[in-house]
Amino acid sequence: MDTHAHDRRRFLALTAATAATPLLAACGAGFGGADDKGDGSAADDVTGSFDWRRERGTTVKALLNKHPYTDALIADLKSFTGRTGIKVEYDVFPEDNYFDKLTVDLSSGRASYDVFMLGAYMVWQYGPPGWLEDLGPWMRNSAATGAEWDQDDFFPNLLQADQWSLKDGAPLGRGGQYALPWGWETNVVAYNTEVFGKLGLRPAETFDELRELAAAVKKKAPGAGYDGMYGIAVRGSRSWATIHPGFMTMYARNGLRDFTVDGGALKPAMNSPRAVAFTRDWADMVRHGGPPSWTSYTWYQCSGDLGAKKAAMLFDADTAAYFQAVPGASPASGKIAFHPGPKGPDGSLATNMWIWSLGMNARSRRKSASWLFLQWATGKEHLRRGALTHQHIDPVRRSISQDAAYKDKMRHLPGFLDTFEAVADRTRIQFTPQAQFFDATTSWAAALQEIYGGREAGQVLNGLAGDLARKVR
Amino acid sequence: MGPRPALRPYLLVLPALLLTCGILYPFGLGLFYTLFDFSASRPRPGLVGFGNYRTMLGEGAFWNSAWVTVLYAVGAAAAETVLGVSVALLLHRSSRIGRVLEKILILPLMIAPVIAAIMWKLMLQPSVGVVNHLLRPVGLGGVQWTDTPAGALLSSIAVDVWVYTPFVAILALAGLRSLPASPFEAAAVDGAGWWYTFRRLTLPMLWPYVLVAVIFRFMDSLKVFDIIYALTEGGPGDSTMVLQIRAYLEAIRFQRYSFGISYTIVLWAVVYLAAMVLVRHLGRVQRKAAEAR
Repeated sequence: MDTHAHDRRRFLALTAATAATPLLAACGAGFGGADDKGDGSAADDVTGSFDWRRERGTTVKALLNKHPYTDALIADLKSFTGRTGIKVEYDVFPEDNYFDKLTVDLSSGRASYDVFMLGAYMVWQYGPPGWLEDLGPWMRNSAATGAEWDQDDFFPNLLQADQWSLKDGAPLGRGGQYALPWGWETNVVAYNTEVFGKLGLRPAETFDELRELAAAVKKKAPGAGYDGMYGIAVRGSRSWATIHPGFMTMYARNGLRDFTVDGGALKPAMNSPRAVAFTRDWADMVRHGGPPSWTSYTWYQCSGDLGAKKAAMLFDADTAAYFQAVPGASPASGKIAFHPGPKGPDGSLATNMWIWSLGMNARSRRKSASWLFLQWATGKEHLRRGALTHQHIDPVRRSISQDAAYKDKMRHLPGFLDTFEAVADRTRIQFTPQAQFFDATTSWAAALQEIYGGREAGQVLNGLAGDLARKVR
Repeated sequence: MGPRPALRPYLLVLPALLLTCGILYPFGLGLFYTLFDFSASRPRPGLVGFGNYRTMLGEGAFWNSAWVTVLYAVGAAAAETVLGVSVALLLHRSSRIGRVLEKILILPLMIAPVIAAIMWKLMLQPSVGVVNHLLRPVGLGGVQWTDTPAGALLSSIAVDVWVYTPFVAILALAGLRSLPASPFEAAAVDGAGWWYTFRRLTLPMLWPYVLVAVIFRFMDSLKVFDIIYALTEGGPGDSTMVLQIRAYLEAIRFQRYSFGISYTIVLWAVVYLAAMVLVRHLGRVQRKAAEAR
């Protein structure tokens, strides 16, 4: 008898069984993710009177995106540690891979980071799986939250934007508070005053005027000494981020919606006849007045082109223009003015917003210390310091937006404060909240690229709507 | 005292076994996940059997990605083979210049493909890129390299060719240098021309080396991610949306884990089948080449 062969078979069988064990275990153990949500909140454990030094000696880990707002936060961390005795360790990632890093980290079910930056749209993706701590109980607990935090001081539309019931299609402003607004951006038009002056132009008040203006600049600017200048910079890369700034703002000002909600069911509406006509016009505007290589344009290129005097206008976040407009920042600084942008046919200045928010990991083991950090980072004192001594502009708190020192700081930028005042209350999230937001808007951006490339808008958008109807129910 | 003789074979095979388990475990787990509808919104998924594969095969997006992947792989591998072999033949003929150029030739291989793609993205930028700047005198300064579907795919293939042609050239050059001299000397004595010698002697004997390069490049191109993602992100529209990028978007961006993994499993099957066919062919070619010598 060949005992060696027999042993070999037994060895292989054992090895196979060992390798299969984790696989089989996975069947019983589930798939990871947050499935152990309790009914109560850790906020209920905090009792007594409010004390900033309650968690002294603790270390909080933060995941941050590279941004001027982040720079202001990091520069001020000493004051947080001094006040609370809590140390903050942080990792900073560039925006290109920040959200992938955050998504992978949260989905792994680990608590590598206690707090992190996120956009309000991310609440729709991270909220339903239970990855985000509901901050409502913390805000309502006077033992956990100091009176000076003053919840009513936030612009209500911003606080509501991070609040959701986790049901697709349900409006914002109800349900859990899954993040806190920290810095935000309105989407408006910034323009080069020097070029406009030389060519005798004025900011557009309607979308038709904007399209004509963009094409006119592209045609006339090179002859006026601005070689290679084009009319308007807007985003065009194959990314969800292409849709939400200028495009969605103008789309909403035209009274258009991404989805309609009927009896709780979502129906894509980007292929309605008016939406098709608008999208065709937008692509046409880019073709005749936009940048070359538009399909690779992110906010970095758009902002950079305004600063480098390659673009006469920018329809994007006000901060994207602001960072080029501050003295010494770019060749165009001192020559950039702000305007609310074209109104809709009914005079609407509905504006889509981006909110840099701060959230807490539902799996954090240092929730009380994390809440103190969030409270400090979104509090009046730090945000005022960030606005005045750093570039943390577009305050999420009304008191700072009305602060005389803040207004003095921003006054040198033509039209900035007036534009902010004009759109601040009308700026809200214009999308329908739903968990497939990133798929829907990425596909929408791809459709926009195809229309820009010459495909028929109605056909492309019908295809998109059909595809999304299967995914979003 | 060493281990018992009966244990020795198992100890020798253990590192390979551990490595294989390290590869097979995530693969098996991935395969297992594709049988469920596991996503961020369904952390407690249900069994769907082959539902993910059925949905995927029923989507136009999948077939578009499959087509783009094949076009890319065939285009890149073919261009790299033709160029690589041509460069190797040139380097083989001029020995002193060849030795200098060999060292320069290897430079693109030292650059990470994603860096090469970003570099080329800047160079292909229509208004400030160096490529259009150089083409301006001949009236081609306004080419939108990555803005049109065909242009984006061709540009992506071109970057792949720039990075990997040296790999094919080096393999082919090594092959050329290992060929026996006597058949070529005999052909020269008989007065055979360059083309005849190349067609009847060089190519048949070099073919096994070329085929190894083709196998490597074709397999690698089927799995491309970095070059296309950095250059076009799969756009404009879906014109450069290869299977790997689609899988990444589905699994990581949109967090439909099971569905995303289904894409990678199908891609694995395609790569496996293609490798099997090509390696069998390589065996036949090697036997033929040995007989020819």
